[in-house]
Amino acid sequence: MSKRVAIIGIGMTKFGELWDKRYRDLITEAGADAIKDAGIDGEDIEGLYIGSMSPGLFAGQEHIGALVADYSGLSGIPATRVEAACASGGLALREAYLTIKSGAIDIVVAGGVEKMTDVSTSSAMIALMGAGDQEWEAFKGVTFPSLYALMARRHMVEYGTTIEQISQVAVKSHHNASLNPDAQFPFKVTLEQVMNSAIIADPLRLLHCSPITDGASAVVLASEEKAKELVDDPVWINGSSSATDTIALHDRKSLSRMDSTIIAGKKAYKEAKIKPRDIDFAEVHDCFSIAEILAIEGLNFCKLGDGGKITENGETEIDGRIPINPSGGLKGKGHPVGATGIAQAVEAALQLRGKAGKRQVKDAEIALIHNLGGSGATTVIHILKRN
Amino acid sequence: MSEGLAIHWRLIPQRYNLVGTECLKCGEKFFPPRQLCPNCRRVGEIREVKFSGEGEIYSYTVIHTPPEGFEFMKPYAMGVIKLIEGPFLTAQLVDCKPEDLEIGKRVELVFRKIIADGSSGIIRYGYKFKLKD
Amino acid sequence: MKVGIVGYGVYIPRYRIKTEEIARVWGADSKNISNALLIHEKTVPAIDEDTATISVECARNAVQHAKINPKDIGAIYVGSESHPYAVKPTSTIVAAAVDAVPELTAADYEFACKAGTAAIQTTMGLVKSKMIRYGLAIGADTSQGKPGDVLEYTASAGGSAYIIGTENLIAEIHDTYSYTTDTPDFWRREGQEFPSHGARFTGQPAYFRHVIKAAKGIMNKNKLKPDDFDYVVFHQPNGKFPLKAAQIIGFEKKQITEGLVTPYIGNTYSGSTLLGLAKILDDANEGEMILAVSYGSGAGSDAFIIEVTKENEKRRNPKPLQRYIDRKEYVDYATYAKFKGKIKGVKLEKP
Repeated sequence: MSKRVAIIGIGMTKFGELWDKRYRDLITEAGADAIKDAGIDGEDIEGLYIGSMSPGLFAGQEHIGALVADYSGLSGIPATRVEAACASGGLALREAYLTIKSGAIDIVVAGGVEKMTDVSTSSAMIALMGAGDQEWEAFKGVTFPSLYALMARRHMVEYGTTIEQISQVAVKSHHNASLNPDAQFPFKVTLEQVMNSAIIADPLRLLHCSPITDGASAVVLASEEKAKELVDDPVWINGSSSATDTIALHDRKSLSRMDSTIIAGKKAYKEAKIKPRDIDFAEVHDCFSIAEILAIEGLNFCKLGDGGKITENGETEIDGRIPINPSGGLKGKGHPVGATGIAQAVEAALQLRGKAGKRQVKDAEIALIHNLGGSGATTVIHILKRN
Repeated sequence: MSEGLAIHWRLIPQRYNLVGTECLKCGEKFFPPRQLCPNCRRVGEIREVKFSGEGEIYSYTVIHTPPEGFEFMKPYAMGVIKLIEGPFLTAQLVDCKPEDLEIGKRVELVFRKIIADGSSGIIRYGYKFKLKD
Repeated sequence: MKVGIVGYGVYIPRYRIKTEEIARVWGADSKNISNALLIHEKTVPAIDEDTATISVECARNAVQHAKINPKDIGAIYVGSESHPYAVKPTSTIVAAAVDAVPELTAADYEFACKAGTAAIQTTMGLVKSKMIRYGLAIGADTSQGKPGDVLEYTASAGGSAYIIGTENLIAEIHDTYSYTTDTPDFWRREGQEFPSHGARFTGQPAYFRHVIKAAKGIMNKNKLKPDDFDYVVFHQPNGKFPLKAAQIIGFEKKQITEGLVTPYIGNTYSGSTLLGLAKILDDANEGEMILAVSYGSGAGSDAFIIEVTKENEKRRNPKPLQRYIDRKEYVDYATYAKFKGKIKGVKLEKP
């Protein structure tokens, strides 16, 4: 059994509406970048884990493992698609991590990909609703923004969270995205712009919602032995956890907190033998602005109910007490659902290597990445540490 | 994209009449129904139970960007309803204006068209809720 | 053996459009139309309402009022000229929704505006012959009028359901009598969206002839005359026709006023006579006599002699029609057109 597992290479496409790129172009581009970054060759790869939420509905394509291996020129190696809605990428990373940890193989690529712009917006919304309960939510005309709106309403009522505080999440994300050349929306927005943007599902507005995005990301994972042999700057995975909750939002114990995040967070901190205050920055799943508030509360960066306040106080900014989403998050960087969990690992590795440019978090040593599926039915968390 | 015919057909008692289940072992009631009690699992004893259709608004939103098929309903209200028997469900709130909605307001079940499968497919009916008079 | 009404239920949609709003769109003189048709406003079904949902709502109210076990309902007939399916019954949807399934018979009826009363007659026969314990008869419609046509001022939506049985009657049906001819005054051909009508031909040879013959026929048969009745209710295609028919037969205005609902809700077609009757039953007392006469184009009339029992005073309908009439929200013509699917492509359906 391998003692430790490291990220030794990272790669990512630009995120956005990539009209001239196909599903297979995106993932092979990200994968090739990651392998190049690791300074290894295709022959060194022993397995693939690909996170992809709904290629069947977005591109009519299933059987993703073989497709990706084929177009990467790696036919012959085992390849597995991992699916947990928007947490598909994070879960692919975890499966790759566990495989190396088991000692079965030493070098694995974990990738994530989604090509979302080949269908209409309303078809994309139907595909995304696959992450909810088809029989008891989607059938009724429920959309994902509306599920998060139902949570936002409860959070506002139970904790006095204001729409200004929720909007501040988006302002901060866009500010960070403006420093990220790979982001889908590399520009700033004002609080007024957020609060006056088109209403989507009351109280959530357009600028509280992550966009529909094409993109892919990949990381190369290696066993401790191989990592030390191959690279000078491995990023160590010190904690990996995953937890689930009810598929339908209405069956949750509470709508104002994210129990899967709370459970997975405790496990990850325990495995990494650290406390929340030891985290230098986090990439969390802000598919909607309220989700970031629920995430930072669930991860214990503040008390339950205080997420809006610490955002308003600037504590989550890049130079704040606990920088959240220096990449721009899902809101600013874009959210190609299956790619998101891996893209968070790419950002964390870049930051821990000290190579994040203008958005660099100073002296970052320990990072947490938090990837959510559906309305919170799956959470995947990883804790990463620089060499 | 529509559900298969049988998916809807086998759920008609649930979608028309809120037929859920309860576990005789622990007493918890389930709607939407569960065939395995999450508390007692294999030792649970599940039987059918019909819910009254009365409840209150636990949370709500007004959808302005609907999915395919629901475009001409917009804006429409969606609520998480707490049934008086305990369980929660998600349903549209009809015959009301957004400003009439409030957490805690009493609601009751109505029978409405949910969606049709194109102009020649079946019409799927089911529960929605309205504010109680 | 007595036969009669064990319970009944009504339903009309919440939305209304005023006569003057429709007249505004078509450049018509609204005062003139209002006076000529005696119509002030009509109900408008929401985009997610149709004859099946209206039937279910009034049927559930009827079961609730009758306080019966729905499994004891042995037959359900839904009369309508706007069944949501051309082939596939509305009555099975109702049967499932009131939980009367599976041991019962069910079918849909169509006889223009009198399909609901035809359903009552059928269930009367079934309960009297002891083939079933209770029958559920429904008249409901979401009727259509061609845009700009005179029908558009009245064609509305609503329904009423009656549980017919032989015990615990809130009203006894002493007799029923029908008058039927082949008279093409109003019709809708298969596949056509809107009905057509014979304009003034719908009056004297159609509505008036059948309603009057049926009313007189049943009174003669039972040796009764207009003053033996406390109330009379006719099919109400508009507010004027039933008033005129009442006058011709010899009823006084006070006998017909209670059940005249079309001026406020429009012509609910198959629901029309039954909603008028429900309005009377909501407040009627023991011993009061009601003459009800429906009319369906094509053409025919069903007449009923009904006597209210003590049970109706003990067991008042918890959801009276007036409550539904008072609960309303006005919409403009554009919203009405959207709700009714009059705008091309506007439907609550997946592609």
